[in-house]
Amino acid sequence: MTPDTRAAAARLGRPARLTRLRALGGSPLQRTCLLLLALFVLAAAAAPWIAPQDPTFGSLGDTLLGPGAGHWLGTDQGGHDTLSALLVGTRTSLVGPLAVVVFSTVTGIAVGLFTAWRGGRTDALAGRVLDVLFAFPALLLAILAVALFGKGMTAPVLAMAIAYMPYTARLVRGLALQEKARPYIAAYTVQGHSALFVTVRRMLPNIAPTLLAQATVNFGYALLDLAALSFLGLGVQPPTPDWGAMINQGQAAVLQGQPLSAIVPAVAVVVVVVAFTVVGESLSDTIAGRDPR
Amino acid sequence: MTTDQPPLLRVEGLRKTYRTGAAEVVAVDGLSFTLRPGGALGIVGESGSGKTTTARMLIGLERPDSGEIHVQGRPLAASVRGRAARLARAKAVQIVFQDPYLSLDARITVAATLDGVLRLHGTRDPAERAARVRTLLARVGLGDREAAALPRHLSGGQRQRAAIARALAVEPAVLVLDEAVSALDVSVQAQVLNLLADIRRDTGIGLVFVSHDLAVVRYVCDEALVMYRGRTMEHRPVAELLTAPDHPYTRLLLASVPRPGWDPDSISRRRRALDPLGAPAGP
Amino acid sequence: MTLLRYEDLSITLPGTARPVLDGIGLTVGAGEAVALVGESGSGKSVTARAALGLFPEGARTTGRVRVDGTDLVGADAASLRRVRTATAAMIYQDPRAAINPVRRVGDFLTESLRLVHGWTRDRARGRAAELLDAVGLPDPVRHLDQYPHELSGGMLQRVVIAAALTAEPRLLLCDEPTTALDVSTQAEILAVLGRLRRERGLGLLLITHDIELAASVTDRIYVMYAGRIVETAPVGDLFTTPRHPYTAGLLGSSPPLDAKAPERLVPIPGAPMGLLESAPGCAFAPRCRFAEPGRCDQAPPPLSDHGPARVACHLAGELTLTPHRDRPGDHHPHRNQEVR
Repeated sequence: MTPDTRAAAARLGRPARLTRLRALGGSPLQRTCLLLLALFVLAAAAAPWIAPQDPTFGSLGDTLLGPGAGHWLGTDQGGHDTLSALLVGTRTSLVGPLAVVVFSTVTGIAVGLFTAWRGGRTDALAGRVLDVLFAFPALLLAILAVALFGKGMTAPVLAMAIAYMPYTARLVRGLALQEKARPYIAAYTVQGHSALFVTVRRMLPNIAPTLLAQATVNFGYALLDLAALSFLGLGVQPPTPDWGAMINQGQAAVLQGQPLSAIVPAVAVVVVVVAFTVVGESLSDTIAGRDPR
Repeated sequence: MTTDQPPLLRVEGLRKTYRTGAAEVVAVDGLSFTLRPGGALGIVGESGSGKTTTARMLIGLERPDSGEIHVQGRPLAASVRGRAARLARAKAVQIVFQDPYLSLDARITVAATLDGVLRLHGTRDPAERAARVRTLLARVGLGDREAAALPRHLSGGQRQRAAIARALAVEPAVLVLDEAVSALDVSVQAQVLNLLADIRRDTGIGLVFVSHDLAVVRYVCDEALVMYRGRTMEHRPVAELLTAPDHPYTRLLLASVPRPGWDPDSISRRRRALDPLGAPAGP
Repeated sequence: MTLLRYEDLSITLPGTARPVLDGIGLTVGAGEAVALVGESGSGKSVTARAALGLFPEGARTTGRVRVDGTDLVGADAASLRRVRTATAAMIYQDPRAAINPVRRVGDFLTESLRLVHGWTRDRARGRAAELLDAVGLPDPVRHLDQYPHELSGGMLQRVVIAAALTAEPRLLLCDEPTTALDVSTQAEILAVLGRLRRERGLGLLLITHDIELAASVTDRIYVMYAGRIVETAPVGDLFTTPRHPYTAGLLGSSPPLDAKAPERLVPIPGAPMGLLESAPGCAFAPRCRFAEPGRCDQAPPPLSDHGPARVACHLAGELTLTPHRDRPGDHHPHRNQEVR
């Protein structure tokens, strides 16, 4: 996009955003990943209607079928249709990481903005606390939460959100410190705006694009961690379909020479994680290469 | 000076130190001056002289260790709590920063920036605000096209004009200009200097012009205060300062301004004589 | 002897409305100090970088840049390296950006001697100390073991100049070498550069936005505007009788430092032309108070001889320009609006 068209687009207001989205497309790989993510989100939204069968219904006469007319991706050893489980499982597999990312980003922003703005002792103290949190691997914290509060989605998602928060907080703090040193922020303060207004309404939007990129990459990691938890049998419990749980249940099928019911969700996890990472990286590259002023 | 009217700005015994590890650096020490209504004071110094720290103390971004700042007879609170105190402080002193590329919010148009300031300071009626924005921008020589533009579509000079309009929108008693023209192209700098001279003449606002450039201070101000390593070397009317500089440092500064037939060698020698280490301390 | 010669150098970047450089011709002789003066977007830094064979990526480049006889446009890597390591050296605006902050000054200075020339540590250190002495740093041996953050900006710029001297270049390219420094430090750096030029017969190309500074320390000035050279003249001549309205405007734009009450400045209206703008005729015409429609907006004026100067102006020879602020009128405070 030449600066001319950018200027022209900016004058028209709304189309500028579309142009910017198109500019994000970048390489064919990035565009493919964006498309894949869109497909997965669509699948998650439309799963109950497009899934050919009820994924919770296991027909014991149809266990470990190969791909065929009735079951495009075969069935697992419980007789569940793999394709249906994959589609419906997309929901739980995406909602979990989404909750982790939303929660960790919101709290990370709050902590990061507050410490950067206050500076001094508050900042130093918060830094130490975050360092301690950094020391806990997300997965370990999630397992601990399961041990304390029982299996299911809620406890591990909360635990993981807490474990992911320091990453966002540290990023926000760094960006906010950089932004705070810029005279336009000082000018807002000098004009008499409150600290809350300056940080949340004026500073945050200026650092938001970088946060979005980080959140996108975090999403991929969170999905991986939650899938691992389900695989260990600590996360989402059957019969609710979930990719990690599917891989777990597919272990027996692998031993019996019909690995498809384990491979399909594993491929889905890999594809989504890679796609999120590629899109996140391309977002941050775009932001890094862009002259914001 | 003869009336019993209080000076617009009175600064007394201002001192600010920074700790860097074990060492204590005195950024500003024993700074006192007054500014009459409509007056313009130039604070001249090099890096590490404390001039920028002074500017930041005047606008409340740094808290002085000791000393007082009075605006229109009222002391400037060291810290502000609550909306009313914040707004009162804003009405006392405003600032224009050096870097035109970083001093405006990149996401917000010039008109919206000014509108936000006016709304904060109590102009309720949107139509009234819009009219006031137009007047303010016209005051600094910007039109409707610039008003609707994001900062990145404006030139450096236009951004600096917008920053001046933003400061004037608050209707402050004192306007601090921190190297406000030194990042501009020479030809554009002259436009902004003329604008500042006009504003000073038309509004009676008090100007504190912080700069390293004596010629620019000469053009805008009637008094100049020369700072070196946080201390005041000399504080006199500019014309006197230029014709009969008292302090060796002032003389060095004057000699350092390039001109045809200029001998940089002799200035280096004088600088060494003044300061054997050759390195100004400080941030 | 001519060390540096630009012959009709033009550089065009894709997606821009006008060339970055348009037919630049410039020479710097041995022992000569030449200034290239311009505002932002004039192309002065691009011109300087071209003397090291550094052309903007993706640009279309025509013409020649000869350094000591070697044409750098389309030159192979070996001759570029020879020019960069042995003939020409560049000094930039910000010395802190030019030095690796975590390495000692001595390492920075001895690196190329030891790696490129294979000198021993002690020999290289001895040479580095000599160079620091040559640029006027007192106690050079002590500075070799210091880190950049322990030195002031002026001292660091001298270290950068010393580093530029390690390969004994014959041409120094100084891109705003004092802009980031204090005024009194500026004098010291210029004193060092002047002494080096006299003692070693270096050719000096000073890139600056400050025409007064250029006039103070160089012999000849080229004034650039929007990628073209609009005027070149010996210093004394340019300062007393500018022949291009832009040169006269620059001289009238900086406030004088004298005691008498300041007269109103006569700024050049508008802002310098960006790369996305172009003018069919003279690039300065939109800002020029003398521009005549039908004459100045038709074709770009060629650079032609006028007395001791060369000027690119359709009206050169017809105008009597005076450098200082003696033009009345334009006292309309609200009219100095920028045009784009």
